[in-house]
Amino acid sequence: MFMAKPKTEKRESYEIFSNTTRAFVYNLKAGPIQRMLDFDFLCKREDPSVAGIINPGSSGWHKAFFGKNEILIPVFPTVSEAVKAVPYADVMVNLASFRSAYDSSKEALESKTIRTVAIIAEGMPERQSRELIALAKKRGKWIIGPATVGGIKSGCFRIGNTAGTIENITNCRLYRPGSVGLVSKSGGMSNEMFNVIAQNSDGVNEGIAIGGDAFPGSTLLDHLLRFETNPDIKMSVVLGELGGKGEYDIVEAKKAGRLTKPLIGWCIGTCAKVFPTEVQFGHAGAKSGKERETADAKNKAMREAGIAVPESFEGLGAAIKTEYERLKKEGRVKDVKEPELPKIPQDYAAALKSGSVRRSANFMCTISDDRGEDVLYGGVPLTEIIEKDYSVGDVISLLWFKRRLPKYAAKYIELCMIVAADHGPCVSGAHNAIVASRAGKDVVSSLASGLLTIGPRFGGAIDDAARYFKAAADSGMPPEEFVEDMKRKAIRIPGIGHRIKSRDNPDKRVEFLKAYTKKHFPETKYLDYALAVEKVTLEKANNLILNVDGCIGVTCMDLLSSCKAFSKEELDSIVEIGYLNGLFVLSRSIGLMGHIYDQKRLKADLYRHPWDDVLFLEK
Amino acid sequence: MARRKVREHDGKKLLARHMGLGIRCCQAKPDTDLGALPKENPWLLKDRLVVKPDMLFGKRGKSNLVLLDADYPRAEEFIKKHMNHEAEVSGVKGSLTHFIIEPFVPHKEEFYFSISTERDADVILFSAAGGMDIEANWDKVVRIEVPVGEKADKSAIERALDGKIPAERKAKAAEFFAKAHAVFSDLDMSLLEMNPFTFDSKGDPVPLDLRMELDDCADFKDSAKWGDLEFPEPFGRKPYPEERFVQDLDSKTGASLKLTILNPEGRIWTMVAGGGASVIYADTVVDLGFMKELANYGEYSGDPNEEETYQYAKTLLDLATRHPDPRGKVLIIGGGIANFTDVANTFKGIVRALREHREKLKKANVSIFVRRGGPNYQTGLKLMRELGGELGIPIEVYGPETSMTYVVPLAIKKLNG
Repeated sequence: MFMAKPKTEKRESYEIFSNTTRAFVYNLKAGPIQRMLDFDFLCKREDPSVAGIINPGSSGWHKAFFGKNEILIPVFPTVSEAVKAVPYADVMVNLASFRSAYDSSKEALESKTIRTVAIIAEGMPERQSRELIALAKKRGKWIIGPATVGGIKSGCFRIGNTAGTIENITNCRLYRPGSVGLVSKSGGMSNEMFNVIAQNSDGVNEGIAIGGDAFPGSTLLDHLLRFETNPDIKMSVVLGELGGKGEYDIVEAKKAGRLTKPLIGWCIGTCAKVFPTEVQFGHAGAKSGKERETADAKNKAMREAGIAVPESFEGLGAAIKTEYERLKKEGRVKDVKEPELPKIPQDYAAALKSGSVRRSANFMCTISDDRGEDVLYGGVPLTEIIEKDYSVGDVISLLWFKRRLPKYAAKYIELCMIVAADHGPCVSGAHNAIVASRAGKDVVSSLASGLLTIGPRFGGAIDDAARYFKAAADSGMPPEEFVEDMKRKAIRIPGIGHRIKSRDNPDKRVEFLKAYTKKHFPETKYLDYALAVEKVTLEKANNLILNVDGCIGVTCMDLLSSCKAFSKEELDSIVEIGYLNGLFVLSRSIGLMGHIYDQKRLKADLYRHPWDDVLFLEK
Repeated sequence: MARRKVREHDGKKLLARHMGLGIRCCQAKPDTDLGALPKENPWLLKDRLVVKPDMLFGKRGKSNLVLLDADYPRAEEFIKKHMNHEAEVSGVKGSLTHFIIEPFVPHKEEFYFSISTERDADVILFSAAGGMDIEANWDKVVRIEVPVGEKADKSAIERALDGKIPAERKAKAAEFFAKAHAVFSDLDMSLLEMNPFTFDSKGDPVPLDLRMELDDCADFKDSAKWGDLEFPEPFGRKPYPEERFVQDLDSKTGASLKLTILNPEGRIWTMVAGGGASVIYADTVVDLGFMKELANYGEYSGDPNEEETYQYAKTLLDLATRHPDPRGKVLIIGGGIANFTDVANTFKGIVRALREHREKLKKANVSIFVRRGGPNYQTGLKLMRELGGELGIPIEVYGPETSMTYVVPLAIKKLNG
């Protein structure tokens, strides 16, 4: 479902949010966006409140839930593009960091259609805040924040994470409007205030946290004056704090008769006087110092102006109750009929965590695990692998065979890697990699081109050699008979024969492998069998030698069976799956990449095969 | 983070650099080799000097801590005499560790000049009656507002100074103020005060005493312009080792961990989640008349991990059980309704520390009061309730069905038996 039906509503001047408010969220943060949509759904809004996301440098769509359904929210790379596409969104919830919140807020305030900007970031330089304030004033716009969780209009609109979990929102009855306006400096105390108000009245109508900075974008008084003109708000609560003069503006307005509705106030920070030195509490604006800016002085001034100020924070609930009950008695507030609430499906991740759902996994993994602090290779932590000096051969054993093999075996795997790493530029795999690289393909594509050449005739005979020789040796078939049998079946014996090497020009690589095997392996029955076969084939032709594929195949079989680490079934499965060709692929990748880098370094041109090297035949 | 005072030495150097002023000054710290200082600052041996402590407090003259019109040997002697010695300024005691040394400027005139910030404007204040008596002469102060985003206008300043300053000084002063405002704005200062400043023999303005505050939120864009400067802690008593430990813990994590010890033998200890909430708990103890028993101010927030919470709780429990009192003590583990922090998770570290301190808590006769709300609070509160039975320590547990500070009067009642 694509969202956002263009509808432009006329708003009263006291109203910055309503149940048709559509907002942009600046910065794609899935959590707060989903929480805004969940609140919308709980309030039975027709349209989701998030009409667009501005995420610098990206565009497209963001998927989110609106109740049970998934919706797509458009993503825009800039404020101006968002404003152009969604002119009926008049709020921007700015989740940018303190480094970039200024620029994005400025752009929003300069736009025609965004009327209110909520700045969540903490730590915006004061001069930047003040410049934004001046701009907002000039253009008749609202700023909430910086350094705040934001605010909420019960039953209508929620800024980002305000009011926390759905459970808390439900407990505090924020899904429908009450009669009390709340404005506080502290964002962190919002939930507590919603709760106190819900327990002692019919609940919050609108709650704004202006943020703890010395120069908040809108002031406590700004919002109280809005509440004053909003007929749905019957009384207000203000929670100030030490530092700054905002509370005195309220005192003046109260004295001047600009605030006529019942008002309950408290200023936090009365404890500052017991501190040994000047203190800076968490908020930038909450600094003790001048006598007039202490919490005690402000509470006194508010009390004297006729604002209901309790003796301590603990008395706030009772003070709210007194005013509310009085209004009720006077018939100025009516009982609210509680709506039936739609059920918001639980998020899968949360349900899983609480143990209330289960699901069959689609994937399995038995070789490694990166969920902990240390990644595990075959159950061994990386720290141990590094500290205990595991070799590459050991790592291959852990990840391929899920066990650590004896030292001679790990070393043999490395020896195979070394001897098969490269065999010059002319072998087919290297040739293809070079040609691909010269055609301008990237490293991975060129490597793939080389690797895809590996097959039965080039480097890919290891598994087959292992398979045939193992089967023949295990069955006790005499070598001569094996050779005859293969000939009868018209199958070339895998691992026998070479294009260049021969009995008189032996393959050095095979010599190394044979020598190591003979010296270190407890037994070499498959190699012995293969050499007996070679003896028979050499009688037929000079180049029918045991080649490097064949040698690796049979010696690996000797290795795996003689180290006693595997059952017969495991051995069969290793051959069947094709582990041993993997050894060649891994090893030859080293050489292929070398060739590719070489070509790139040399800036080798596109290769074109010469005509004269092709025999063109016409009918 | 917010407005931070910088040392006079750093402030003067910063102004000198950005306003192109020929201000000379240097600094003496406990590790400064006073014998070697004149090598880099040859003027120390030529000029008459002024030495003042440079530790963010005023009223230095009244406290007899200013040396005027001295030669270098006398300056050295003065610094050695006071270095690392305790001084009491406006009722606050502390050790003197930083001094500023500058040339002595003989003068007759003392003017006042400051720039500070208001919501809509930067405010330049000037008075020809500067110096120690500025407050008594506040009605003579000239106020010039520079709207946010605008530059100070030299001719407007000149007009405002008309008749308020000797005519021959006016042009230089106006130029100086305008230039100072440009730097003030560019460097994100929140306060610049020269009380007094005077004019040197060439007729150029010279700040004598200087106070400067920078908005440290601007560090991310201004740090290169600010250069090498520190934001010292306010002058005052030495922190307790436990406070240092928590400061250290705090600096290593993205979470916030704060501890101020108010009275180590106090009987009300607090460990509260959240900045606003922690202040309110301390407020309520004070408002109910028990400020003498309030042992500490303590706050943890921003989702510290289990180990951090454990270290923090352990430090606090060590302190709370250090001076057993026959009348008993209370510990308030408080907090508002969390937005998204898993309450049960944050209690894990605290529970671990409480278990470890079981014997000490019993010996010190500590009763514990818990109040918290937010995600998964039911599990968290159950954890605490069960712990009380397990440890044999009275733990009373409340959730969001009560007001946040509900436990404060309960705890006080307990103390009073």
